[in-house]
Amino acid sequence: MSDYMDGNMLGGELAELFSMDVTSAALTCVSCGASWVVAQTRVYPHAPGVVARCPTCDAVLLRLVRGPGRAWLDLRGVTCLQLAVPAQ
Amino acid sequence: MARAAVLGRLTWRVGTVAALRDETATARTIVLDVPGWPGHLAGQHVDVRLTAPDGYSTERSYSIASAPADGQADPPVVELTVQRLPDGEVSPYLTQTLAVGYPLELRGPVGGWFVWNPDGPASTRPVLLVAGGSGVVPLMAMIRERAAAGSRAPFRLIYSVRDPGALLYGDELARCEQAGDGVGVRYVYTRTAPPGSTEPTGRINAAILASAGWPPDQSPAVFVCGPTGFVEAVADLLVRAGHGAGAIKTERFGPSGGKP
Repeated sequence: MSDYMDGNMLGGELAELFSMDVTSAALTCVSCGASWVVAQTRVYPHAPGVVARCPTCDAVLLRLVRGPGRAWLDLRGVTCLQLAVPAQ
Repeated sequence: MARAAVLGRLTWRVGTVAALRDETATARTIVLDVPGWPGHLAGQHVDVRLTAPDGYSTERSYSIASAPADGQADPPVVELTVQRLPDGEVSPYLTQTLAVGYPLELRGPVGGWFVWNPDGPASTRPVLLVAGGSGVVPLMAMIRERAAAGSRAPFRLIYSVRDPGALLYGDELARCEQAGDGVGVRYVYTRTAPPGSTEPTGRINAAILASAGWPPDQSPAVFVCGPTGFVEAVADLLVRAGHGAGAIKTERFGPSGGKP
């Protein structure tokens, strides 16, 4: 099955919420411990929100749902996000 | 500029269609004036939002085709190339209805991973670009940025396309090659090759990647963009050929050869 896209497409939604580019961040999967860049995750945009899954074990990493005036970001499958921060 | 392109929360802004350019029978470049454009990096995309009179709204992502230098002009110019999908909801409007002077709502630039930066720390590394169909669009932005920035990084593009009529930027790519300053292009036709072609039609395979790409020991930066199945197949071939998974950056735009 290749009915998915990838984490690059999460960039716009996440950039409305965060001041940094989250698609370049590295994450660690709760389920299998693999590390991936957010942009590399498998993203299924067909649900009411978007679901990102681990390319290694297919576990749900994050879900993002938008409603009028609200956003719900569920990071249940991510133990850690590592973000590059510009040096001060 | 680079920092402006990747830092700071984004909101929707409105651009105005300044010009339209047909690239093929089914693909059109939209030239947008975007006041206040913060600048972008080659490889980034924008989200486009269409809203119907009844309030129904839908969004799609489109790669930026133009070089960052155009986004720093006055007024800033951003070009998108949109491939029309037969069953598309958004692309038929963008390629058939949208006219010069129309407003277009967009959010961007988006994405800091699938980017090539001529000022970055690895900017002299050889670059391998692998395009499937309209996946060539963000890779063209990189080729344009290379020229605009005067970069000498050696570039090779392997461009898989159905037939000559579906080729995007064919004349410009030919000029890039003829300039002889380090951009090589290899076309791989999947259905119909141009008259006189000696290459068989078919998909990109290991032999093509080996002959038209860079060997892994040259540590090329690799960018692969296309439909999901294409990207998976090419990335697998590259890893099997010895390229490090960390050196391969990928962008997938869905199952059927276009953004849904």
